[in-house]
Amino acid sequence: MTTETRADRTDEAIDAARGLEFYSQMVHIRAFEDVVNDLYKRAAMPGLAHLYSGQEAVAVGVCQALHRDDYITSTHRGHGHCLAKGADPKLMFAELLGKEIGYCGGRGGSMHIADQETGNLGANAIVGGSTGIATGAALSAKSLGNHRVAVCFFGEGALGQGLLYEVMNLAALWTLPVIYVCENNLYNEYTHFRETTAGEILARPAAFGIRAERVDGQDVRAVYAAASALVARAREGGGPAFLECDTYRYHGHHVGDIDRAYYRSKDEEHEWMTTRDPIGRFGEWLCEQGFAAPVTLDDIRSQAATAIEAAAQFALDAPYPVAGDVWRHVYA
Amino acid sequence: MPETPQRELTFAEAVREALAEEMRRDPRVVILGEDVAEAGTPFKVLSGLVEEFGRARVIDTPISEAGFTGVAVGAAMTGMRPVADIMFGDFLTLTMDQIVNQAAKIHYMSGGKLKVPMVLRTTMGAARRSAAQHSQSLHVWLSHVPGLKVVLPSTPYDAKGLLKTAIRDDNPVVFIEDKMMFRMKGPVPSDDYTIPFGVADVKRVGTDVTIVATSSMVQTALGAARMLEDAGISAEVIDPRTISPLDRGTIIASVKKTSRAVVVDEGHLQYGVTAEIASMIADEAFYHLDAPVKRLGAMDVPVPFSPPLEDATVPTEEALVDVVRGLFKKT
Ligand SMILES: Cc1ncc(C[n+]2csc(CCOP(=O)(O)OP(=O)(O)O)c2C)c(N)n1
Repeated sequence: MTTETRADRTDEAIDAARGLEFYSQMVHIRAFEDVVNDLYKRAAMPGLAHLYSGQEAVAVGVCQALHRDDYITSTHRGHGHCLAKGADPKLMFAELLGKEIGYCGGRGGSMHIADQETGNLGANAIVGGSTGIATGAALSAKSLGNHRVAVCFFGEGALGQGLLYEVMNLAALWTLPVIYVCENNLYNEYTHFRETTAGEILARPAAFGIRAERVDGQDVRAVYAAASALVARAREGGGPAFLECDTYRYHGHHVGDIDRAYYRSKDEEHEWMTTRDPIGRFGEWLCEQGFAAPVTLDDIRSQAATAIEAAAQFALDAPYPVAGDVWRHVYA
Repeated sequence: MPETPQRELTFAEAVREALAEEMRRDPRVVILGEDVAEAGTPFKVLSGLVEEFGRARVIDTPISEAGFTGVAVGAAMTGMRPVADIMFGDFLTLTMDQIVNQAAKIHYMSGGKLKVPMVLRTTMGAARRSAAQHSQSLHVWLSHVPGLKVVLPSTPYDAKGLLKTAIRDDNPVVFIEDKMMFRMKGPVPSDDYTIPFGVADVKRVGTDVTIVATSSMVQTALGAARMLEDAGISAEVIDPRTISPLDRGTIIASVKKTSRAVVVDEGHLQYGVTAEIASMIADEAFYHLDAPVKRLGAMDVPVPFSPPLEDATVPTEEALVDVVRGLFKKT
């Protein structure tokens, strides 16, 4: 059994330039979600969205350990993964608003953005639905010998889905280069994961002989260090791994989930936001290392806000698809 | 007894009332599903039930559709009357083995020895900008399987009466509610009534054309019928209420009277519910028909997210009016 905790392991070198890149990515994701929430409140966005705010260190820490052509699969809460893998916020907003120029021509929306240019095989609105896809991408990488790695992002709610266990078994049997990244934000929709998850999470992958680790998902350095080691191992033929990231979503399950007191307390929310915020903590670290002055970080944040506002405006101004094109893309 | 004025309930309230009354009446009735307890489901349909019946009867499950559906099958076979809640009809796909290979066939395979008295409650319907994995109407998949009963209520009144029948039925029943109807209001008696399966309801009497409509398409059909009235066409609207079993008699009698028929259902057109009903009409009322039987359904594409695209895929009152008027064109 290869279970271990590695919350404090941050030996992967992060220099000033890299550090500012991490920071900027996390800040862009936060700004993106703030604008999405605002679009929803102004009734400018069709449907709902599941915001990633609070979980930025997971997407950034993991995707920074990947190459551009490595694969990811994502979830209903997928904007952060998509941005961290390198997507263009303009085309993401366009997709969220159902515009023709969006990543999927408006066919998919918030829960289905895919972008093969950055190795993103798609967000998924079926909990656990992408675990097979990620494992299949890893089979391709191994069969084609292209040294790519696949990362499967999912929430701890997906631990309830049988498919996950079928594919983890396959990945272990076939030594596939896939990393299962479980973002444990404590809640499956409106139910605490302790009420839905028996036993120890890491014992499940460990039972298949899959390397299993747990990391503080609010610490981007820790996530990056853990992911870098597991990705390198998978790339070298060392087989699959499972990384549980302890994290928290700041908003409701979706933008419309405003009254949350019946399932989680305001105190708990406040605690995570003030004492463990991934952006705040990493910003402090950058300053401590002398990699940035507080004012530099302020600039990064305000520039991100401006850039994200502009991206949203681009999408608001873009045209919808024409109804007659609804038939396109049913078959390849 | 003095006449009490008819109460109005929303569709969601009617469903909740049926469940609450059945749970009071029969301690074997339990609800299983994701976020059914304190959350009362994302649509709040079950709000308040856990407060009355407790967590042993309103049971929150992990996100394990195949698992808790299978558990419902086993519990039903051994003395319980479970109501399994599948949040979105799209997730029926995850339960298919348990429903199709297990629940539907156990009574028959056991030579009538075993019974599976369970209800699978779920949703259907597009037009909420929820995209292709949260918008499907998959009821026809289940209607294809002998051994299952499939119920599509279209009003609060029908929802309450049909759900009670479903819970009391000794067979696996799939009960499908259109998400767009949860807030629709209508009269619902506060007493204990049931509506038998396989009995269609004539939602509007007419003489010139029969529109057979299911679930939320009943409202679409009634709207179209009002528009047609202005054009001098009297439409009869028939709601089968259960598509398996199907009340063939009421539909055929109506078509024999009107000589024209259109069938509308929100499932995809290809191999759909509409095809089954249209072929039955062609078969049993052919010599009474003055025009071909027409069908309207969801376009045969995955439900798109973008509003103008999604709107193009769902049958509308206008589209239905056009189809009906086409039946009256002299060639
Ligand atoms: C198979 C399936 N069942 C149910 C749902 C409805 N649903 C959407 S998100 C969600 C909770 C997911 O929780 P988790 O996986 O922990 O991710 P989080 O929302 O916390 O990011 C549920 C039950 C779904 N989309 N797919």
